[in-house]
Amino acid sequence: MSELTLTVMRLGFLAVLWLFVIVAVQVIRSDLFGTRVTQRGSRREAARPQQAARQAAPPQQRGQQGGGRQRRNAPSKLVVSEGTLTGTTVALQGQTITLGRAHDSTIVLDDDYASSRHARIYPDRDGQWIVEDLGSTNGTYLDRTRLTTPTPIPLGAPIRIGKTVIELRK
Amino acid sequence: MSSTTNPPTHHTSTIGAIGAPSRRNTELALLVFAVVIPVFAYANVGLAINDEVPAGLLSYGIGLGLLAGIGHLAVRKFAPYADPLLLPLATLLNGLGLVAIWRLDQSKLLQQIGQAGGKATNQLIYTAMGIALFIAVLVFLKDHRTLQRYTYISMAGALFLLLLPLVPGLGADITYGAKIWIQVGSFTIQPGEFAKIVLAVFFAGYLMVKRDALALASRRFMGLYLPRGRDLGPIIVVWMISILILVFETDLGTSLLFFGMFVIMLYVATERTSWIVFGLLMSAAGAVGVASFEPHVKTRVQAWLDPMREYTLSREGVQDGIVHSEQAMQALWAFGSGGTLGTGWGQGHSELIRFAANSDFILATFGEELGLAGIMAILLIYGLIVERGVRTALAARDPFGKLLAVGLSGAFALQVFVVAGGVMGLIPLTGMTMPFLAYGGSSVIANWALIGVLIRISDTARRPAPAPAPSPDAEMTQVVRPS
Repeated sequence: MSELTLTVMRLGFLAVLWLFVIVAVQVIRSDLFGTRVTQRGSRREAARPQQAARQAAPPQQRGQQGGGRQRRNAPSKLVVSEGTLTGTTVALQGQTITLGRAHDSTIVLDDDYASSRHARIYPDRDGQWIVEDLGSTNGTYLDRTRLTTPTPIPLGAPIRIGKTVIELRK
Repeated sequence: MSSTTNPPTHHTSTIGAIGAPSRRNTELALLVFAVVIPVFAYANVGLAINDEVPAGLLSYGIGLGLLAGIGHLAVRKFAPYADPLLLPLATLLNGLGLVAIWRLDQSKLLQQIGQAGGKATNQLIYTAMGIALFIAVLVFLKDHRTLQRYTYISMAGALFLLLLPLVPGLGADITYGAKIWIQVGSFTIQPGEFAKIVLAVFFAGYLMVKRDALALASRRFMGLYLPRGRDLGPIIVVWMISILILVFETDLGTSLLFFGMFVIMLYVATERTSWIVFGLLMSAAGAVGVASFEPHVKTRVQAWLDPMREYTLSREGVQDGIVHSEQAMQALWAFGSGGTLGTGWGQGHSELIRFAANSDFILATFGEELGLAGIMAILLIYGLIVERGVRTALAARDPFGKLLAVGLSGAFALQVFVVAGGVMGLIPLTGMTMPFLAYGGSSVIANWALIGVLIRISDTARRPAPAPAPSPDAEMTQVVRPS
């Protein structure tokens, strides 16, 4: 066997061995970031861990889907404008936002008048944000009307849940 | 802990906390990789030594692939959430070990002195037995917590295994120095390898119950928590036993392994640094004490301090009642001639180590033929196995599982350290084998069982927890009453 072939094989083997180590470390790396977002829509995008804004932070971590398609005039954040969480904002990136007293809600409401799973806000297929009441006790109000069906949210319209008011902003 | 957000519509995303994907496909991909590398090495050895692709390449590849595949299917079936790395890493090491043993089988020199020839086939059979035991662990050990019931039985079992080589007639009368083998029929077994796992079960069960007493009842002195005198009991007993092993079986490695494992687990259980200080002091005192009067251990220490002198004595054939060996020096030369990138598979001369070239000293073959780069990769792979073990311990939800995983991976790490350190001349040489790489049935089989237990614990640890009970603060929602 020629010297050259053997040298190539020798170095090739070391390269392959190290490649294995690197791949193994990559697997460990992907294992370290514990959050995972499964997109049930038609398009799948890489999950990007991001801390959701929550006040009474539950011990779990949480991820949000990143890099959603943004239209012009589309809201980019959700702002709490009244209630104990006033000032909290959540970036809108195509993820569903749940509101309620339950610990695993995206926004955990510390509000006696809110239900455990009160409402959710999600983008429809066109990227239009929709608010839906989840059968709450006291109802969800968009402006002054109590919601009965999933309703598109106009920019800046107040959504009232118990003592908390939230709105979507650019 | 998966918190699903509501019924599915087009854009619903499920946000799961600390993700519990099973990662079985990752494992399969890595496993294929881990089988391909040794096959490549095998071809490489054949091309370098005989100038042709070895005839057994296909059967060897299929054999290793089949064993790994069966192992993978068993994990898929019986431990679906287990760590994806443990099995491929162990398979790779085992495969590389097989290649190195086969490579030494080709050496005329080793064939002449009966140290080689057909060993690779034997090792493949041992590997098959190891995988069988691995699967048996997965099938029959449904939950590692059942082991907790056998805490004191394991203690008795481990002591029994450790003392077996000392039983007259059973202990293999070999001139290797250390008395750690037993002879059953034509087989020699190293019970210490199995005792390692059983002892970890005992330590985990024992420390889980006693940890509070050991951790809390202590006085603070110079920044260290000094335990009460009576709490020192257990560590002294284990120390005495390991000293006895050292004296009667003249094996520094086994002794160090068991005492070290206990100290590691004691530290993890109690979070008290003082135990490590005590452990180091006690093992140093014990080792120095024994080395000063036990001739076999003394020789090993001398060979460590001045390998060149041992080499010369052995060359000159000095007869002073002590077996001199040129191994230690030959191993160092092997590492040296390997250099950074090595000589390449099959082109080194590690057979000059002669005795135990394919077992205790197999790392020297890797050092010579793969060089520093290869040795680093191999040590990293060992490190990754240990890391996954410790990671499993962190993720485990029960204290027994935590301690057991730490104990097993700690023992694994210590064994690698003791052997690699011995071969490289960092510490005195001991009669232990490199897990998975070295030739030897007991070692391969026992270490596959060890990986099996770790996979079982990691499966339990990574399995998604059952849905949380209704939150206690889910009070009634107050109803707005229009006034």
